[in-house]
Amino acid sequence: MSAAPILKIAGLQAKVADEVELGILKGVDLEIKPGEIHAIMGPNGSGKSTLAKVLAGHPGYEPTDGSVTFAGEDLLEMEPDERSLAGIFLAFQYPVDIPGVSIANFLRTAVQARQPEGEDLDIFEFSDHLTERMEMLEMDVSFAERHVNDGFSGGEKKRNEILQMAMLKPRLAVMDETDSGLDIDALQIVAKGVNKLTEEDPEMSILLITHYQRLLNFIKPDFVHVMVNGRIARSGGPEVAIALEEEGYKTYEGQEAPSTNGSAPAA
Amino acid sequence: MPQNETIQDLDLDEYKYGFVTEGKPVFRAEKGLSEEVVRQISAHKEEPEWMLDFRLKALKVYESKPMPTWGGDLSDLEKVLSEIYFYVRPQDRMQHSWDDVPEEIKDTFEKLGIPEAERKILAGVGAQYESEMVYHSLREEWSNQGVIFDSIEDGLKNHPELFREHFGTVIPTHDNKFAAMNSAVWSGGSFVYIPKGVSLNTPLQAYFRVNQERMGQFERTLIIVDEGAHAHYIEGCTAPVYSTESFHSGVIEIIVKKNARFRYTTIQNWSNNMYNLVTQRATVAEGGHMEWLDGNLGSKLTMKYPSCYLMGEGAHGEILSIAYSGDGQHQDTGGKVVHVAPYTTSSIVSKSISKGHGRSTYRGLCKVYEGAHHARSNVECDALLINDTSRTDTYPYIEIEENDANVGHEASVSKIGEEQLFYLTSRGIPEEEAMAMIVRGFIEPIAKELPLEYAVELNRLIELEMEGSVG
Repeated sequence: MSAAPILKIAGLQAKVADEVELGILKGVDLEIKPGEIHAIMGPNGSGKSTLAKVLAGHPGYEPTDGSVTFAGEDLLEMEPDERSLAGIFLAFQYPVDIPGVSIANFLRTAVQARQPEGEDLDIFEFSDHLTERMEMLEMDVSFAERHVNDGFSGGEKKRNEILQMAMLKPRLAVMDETDSGLDIDALQIVAKGVNKLTEEDPEMSILLITHYQRLLNFIKPDFVHVMVNGRIARSGGPEVAIALEEEGYKTYEGQEAPSTNGSAPAA
Repeated sequence: MPQNETIQDLDLDEYKYGFVTEGKPVFRAEKGLSEEVVRQISAHKEEPEWMLDFRLKALKVYESKPMPTWGGDLSDLEKVLSEIYFYVRPQDRMQHSWDDVPEEIKDTFEKLGIPEAERKILAGVGAQYESEMVYHSLREEWSNQGVIFDSIEDGLKNHPELFREHFGTVIPTHDNKFAAMNSAVWSGGSFVYIPKGVSLNTPLQAYFRVNQERMGQFERTLIIVDEGAHAHYIEGCTAPVYSTESFHSGVIEIIVKKNARFRYTTIQNWSNNMYNLVTQRATVAEGGHMEWLDGNLGSKLTMKYPSCYLMGEGAHGEILSIAYSGDGQHQDTGGKVVHVAPYTTSSIVSKSISKGHGRSTYRGLCKVYEGAHHARSNVECDALLINDTSRTDTYPYIEIEENDANVGHEASVSKIGEEQLFYLTSRGIPEEEAMAMIVRGFIEPIAKELPLEYAVELNRLIELEMEGSVG
């Protein structure tokens, strides 16, 4: 593993774009190196999903202080599409319906955006690749003809996110509550897909955002952070998640996050 | 962060085919509408006496009817009408071979892709330049089957009985002010007859185009689909941009006889100064099936409500429409279904897109007469608003006189959502492309019904308009 972090968040503060005050992130520090899997856990309203959205550039949130460096670039200066091309992928907690647009067409457009200027995607190569990826994720190829998330079950939506991740090959995948709304079978299928992708590309980093420990039984994190009240309150190895499972979040209730340098502890 | 102004800049309304070919019309009537003009038109066309009478009566009806006030803003129209030419004729007679068509006109058609359509042998091409057919061909096997695909003038000349029996029976002169106007000054359009049991696999296509400044176009189309026949007629039009107001008022009458099936597809992309007031209606007999597929882009104001009168038991009518309104445009469109007989079924699907200060209105009527028991009708209208200044209104009129009928209506209004845009852009898709994608997805249920060439053209038009709209 390379020593340089792919993602470096320092003192990040952010608020809802249209609100005057109400900060949600109150100074987040985090470093992720290539190939690392990090999990951020936290109670509802702690800011963990906001962090995911801020990283992807959601227009509903506004960073107010701190910095985010991605692969040496100032991430906060980039548009969402530029962030994607730079290698950030956000697996949505609530994937959005795009009626009338097939998954194949959507993915083709997204892959085309990654082609060098003026070069057209080879449509047959793309189609073969898509089929291969769907087979890898044990999806029926007819799925690609369905309209993006339109009328999908919760499980289908999440699998569609993993398919996109498999096609777009990010350097950092931020998975926002990918486990929410999934039964155990669906969860295993999704986790299996993610694990195949990390095996395939050991340099790919993952930031898992989850409320529950159970996802971490299937996707093993190297580091676990607990987010409380807009800050990372505790960082450690997988044992942190196990402790949380036993103790719950009440240990952290009413607790102001300690001042932390935020970096993940050395592996 | 994506800015709101990128959403504002989605330009579908810049008219892309704004080229002008210099035409030298052979004959042009005086400006404005008068008995003299009507007599001139009829004389020029060497019409039988009954048609001149028909026109003159229609003129009286037109003059007696007030300007409608229930729809789009027509307050400028009197002035516009006093300034336009009601009849322009580019050539003395019909041309039957492509070689005979003047270069200038060919040039116009080339820009519109007519020769290409011809190369692809897309059925008989009836191309209307200014007020009349100049080029008209019909595939031979259809002739052999007894199919008639003529200009409306030739229909009257060559098939007088068939013509007179049906002309004006679907849309009577007094139906509305503009139907009356058209009845007085109609010129150009198609006459189509599909004989009993004849089934056409390739669509009949007519292209036409208004190309004379201040020229009104009053095409009149009469289509008779005889018992058990199947056919599809496609009409696309595009007009060059002029700075003064222009006017188009067509009348399309379709008679679908017992167990016949017919689809009429139109895509209209008028220039942004055009008043487009069209009456199109079909009567559908027992077991018959009629579909209107109607796309309205461009124009200053379009008022157009394709209608199906379901006259016979088990008749079915369908209206699919798409409207796009940009700045300064008002699309007041929709559909009418009238259930007269039992077991009749109908559906209206209407989709509109409004951008900038554009306004789209859905205006529809579903009427079920007493005795039309077991009638079923479903209406769905969806509006997509691009910005806060865009406007949409829905006027669904439902009149039911029969207890045993089932009528459903669904309406939705959506905005291109921040969440949808974010989802697409977060996958690396540039914002303008993301918007085009959302718009294309919105119209997909209708676009997929179009012949491939038209669907591609429509999608391409949307794509073109998105280019350079951001940043």
